[in-house]
Amino acid sequence: MNYWQLPRIRRNAFAIWQRNVLVWKRLIGPAMVLNFGEPTLYLLGLGYGLGAFIGEMGDMSYIAFLASGIVASSAMTTASFEGMYSVFTRMVPQRTYEAIMATPTDIDDILAGEMLWCATKAVISGTAILIVALLLGVVQGWQALLVIPVVFLIGLCFAGPAIVMSSLASNYDFFNYYFVLVITPMFIVSGVFYPVTTLPELMQTFVQFLPLPHAVALTRPLVTGQEVVQPVLHIAVLSTYAIISYYIAVVMVRKKLLV
Amino acid sequence: MNASPPIITAKQLQKHYGDYIAVDGIDFVIPRGKCFGFLGPNGAGKTTTLRMILGLTPLSGGQLSVFDLPIPERSRDIRARIGTVPQADNLDPDFTIVENLRMYARYFGLSLDDELEQRIDKLLEFAALSERRDAKTDTLSGGMQRRLTIARALINDPDLVILDEPTTGLDPQARHVIWSRMNELREQGKTLLLTTHYMEEAERLCDELVIMDHGKILDQGSPAELIKRHVEPEVIELRGCDTDTVNTIRDKVSECRMEHLGTSLYCYTHDSGPQLEYLRSEHDLTFMHRPAGLEDVFLKLTGRELRD
Repeated sequence: MNYWQLPRIRRNAFAIWQRNVLVWKRLIGPAMVLNFGEPTLYLLGLGYGLGAFIGEMGDMSYIAFLASGIVASSAMTTASFEGMYSVFTRMVPQRTYEAIMATPTDIDDILAGEMLWCATKAVISGTAILIVALLLGVVQGWQALLVIPVVFLIGLCFAGPAIVMSSLASNYDFFNYYFVLVITPMFIVSGVFYPVTTLPELMQTFVQFLPLPHAVALTRPLVTGQEVVQPVLHIAVLSTYAIISYYIAVVMVRKKLLV
Repeated sequence: MNASPPIITAKQLQKHYGDYIAVDGIDFVIPRGKCFGFLGPNGAGKTTTLRMILGLTPLSGGQLSVFDLPIPERSRDIRARIGTVPQADNLDPDFTIVENLRMYARYFGLSLDDELEQRIDKLLEFAALSERRDAKTDTLSGGMQRRLTIARALINDPDLVILDEPTTGLDPQARHVIWSRMNELREQGKTLLLTTHYMEEAERLCDELVIMDHGKILDQGSPAELIKRHVEPEVIELRGCDTDTVNTIRDKVSECRMEHLGTSLYCYTHDSGPQLEYLRSEHDLTFMHRPAGLEDVFLKLTGRELRD
């Protein structure tokens, strides 16, 4: 058994996705409250409250600036939460993977299915925010619908690293490190609340290596009706993060479960 | 003579974890259509061997083929034809009984059609769970969960069913139900592979078994052959003996092999006549006269010290 063997994804990955959809459908009420409630509160509170002091950010209202950024960051947090707490639950305490691995569905398929599901949840939350933004009159034009595939990609990009964290974790508390040291700082410096250009120059160079600024660079113009600058670069960065982190996650989980 | 090829062939199978040797170069051949048992104390290497057969534990050495297909190259194809009942139930707590079966079918790549629904109905009947089909799994008793796990293992109509300590932790009634279901499966022509440390279970169910300890196979054969090979046919078991009594009996009773364990004394013999005559004359002794069983073989081969 070579743990580093390149993964092969088969149809069985959809069975994993289907499983998670089925469980989610059962808890749709609380899920929707979270998906719609949280961004509404954020946008109303910060967007109008803070926006009253700030006025315009760049060439748009602060609420538009915030809404178009939060679409990306909520895809990040949604996929990260799912890739950590939920994946860890199925991998360790609930032993769901152990049961699945006795069938022809293997780790490559399981993790591909989990990433698809994390990205699907990111789309659900992203769409909810888009609807709220639309109701607040922030969305400009039909190209905003392109946010949906973009948010799917953002979900994939953050699901992989989260699953890597799940493979390293021995309990849920471990995830605090990743949130406090990685996700939250990224949330703050990636242009969700203020433009990246206000950061010190060195910091501006550094954040270009993080995925979230690239995600925001795609969602903001799409939501607010501006031209997307360097779309290929942004998509390439997000895809690279998704592919490499999937591969690392597969290797790590193989090492953890195939012993 | 068995004409069909064996279902599993293992040659010099090994598994090391650093310095610890879990499976130490074992050879075995599992014939088709039989119930084959791995009997051994905790830590003997039984579960590791099963995991290797499923392609879930990489081999440290040796060769292993299942259905004439090599491990690990063809593990996925092999697993498609195996049903597994793990040591600890890992049913999906997010689902009801029937959803558990449906989702498990999906992991085998089966489509959710009428044929599958019919199979699910039959399996629920087999597991005596038809009435509870929409119950969540965490509301089920231990015995029901085990029956559902067995039903789940049959969802792909497997050629081989692997059961890792299927009745551990169950009450006697539940255990008997599981045994009768396993017998039914064997009558249907499925090959069963079972690990256990319950002698009664091995003796009732297994056509053939290996006794394992410390990663090695100590002996192999049918329960009757093993008993004949290793122990005298009759046993007299004396309970509640203090050291003085033991010494007196040792002096008085001859022509039998004696084993002393805790406060029990075991006398193994070919002809129990003379010993029984003496024991009956000593009215304050409680004893039991019985034919030798697998437990006697097991204890003789694996020793009597405590295992953790």
